[in-house]
Amino acid sequence: MTWLLALLLGTALAQPRSGALDMSRELQALQADDSANPGMLWVQEGEALWQRPEGRAAKACADCHGAAPASMRGVAARYPAWDTASGAPLDLAGRIQSCRSQHQQAPPLARESEPLLALSAYVGLQSRGLPVTPPEDPRLAPARARGEALFRERRGQLNLSCAQCHEERAGLRLGGSLVPQGHANGYPQYRAEWQALGSLQRRLRNCMVGVRSVAPAYGAADYVEIELFLAQRGAGLPVEAPAVRP
Amino acid sequence: MARVLLNLPRSAAKGSVIEIRCLIMHPMESGFRPGVNGSILARDIITRFSCDYDGEEIFHAELSPAIAANPFISFTTVATASGTLRFTWEGDDGFRQTETRALTVT
Repeated sequence: MTWLLALLLGTALAQPRSGALDMSRELQALQADDSANPGMLWVQEGEALWQRPEGRAAKACADCHGAAPASMRGVAARYPAWDTASGAPLDLAGRIQSCRSQHQQAPPLARESEPLLALSAYVGLQSRGLPVTPPEDPRLAPARARGEALFRERRGQLNLSCAQCHEERAGLRLGGSLVPQGHANGYPQYRAEWQALGSLQRRLRNCMVGVRSVAPAYGAADYVEIELFLAQRGAGLPVEAPAVRP
Repeated sequence: MARVLLNLPRSAAKGSVIEIRCLIMHPMESGFRPGVNGSILARDIITRFSCDYDGEEIFHAELSPAIAANPFISFTTVATASGTLRFTWEGDDGFRQTETRALTVT
């Protein structure tokens, strides 16, 4: 319904298109092959962390959640989701953090730290191939609307909004590179530019710095709001985590 | 210990060609990039990769600073007899990692 409404307003993408389809064949092959996809190194790390007891509670993720392939299937596809305890939306990394502090009673992991990326990648992998299905929780609507406003807000010295590139000019070229529609279905993802795995927040910061605006600190509410909107915008795309991108 | 992903068959028919794929987590810092304070980051790369099949070296590669992080190496060999494959990565700062895999030849 909201999709139809957005279409009538002339703002929605006719058909969400995963960035994977526009990559070189070599990168597509790298992503498709688990024995070559470098993101799987982090997945392997995440699998080990899943089993490892942490914090004062000396509990491992597996002690509550059991085997991740069963219990975590589809989880990454629906995040960010509403967190009743904090009364705010949480993205997947935020959920891992809150689980850590509440149930494991362990000190928080820094955003973008290797263990947090590894756990996110491991949980993300369990949803691979499932469609992105943002929850229809009405409590998320205000944050999602703020995310959309941020997406359409011109910012920085270049005075560009996300939408100007990733909607109006998606499919055209910026220098030699194709401008993708900017969907968030593969995070955490391995970027050749980073030569490492990184989160969606890191990617958002890249663009924010690129248009020479001030990027909020990691974990800021702005990011989760944009993530909420992006999930809605790319609903139905298959989860590709850990994806590979140029 | 760096994380390693090794992909090779556990068993193979005698005389058949098997493909071996090795991926290792490593920054491959080239030694040419400035760090945050402007000084050049020290080189930290893997310099040599080798694979021994029952003690005999069947493949080796010399890696250079132009190679990207997390190097992926793929090669083939002929399965001659059941035995152990030993993979060794050596690099700067005394980096050395060894992994072994058993191969059954039928």
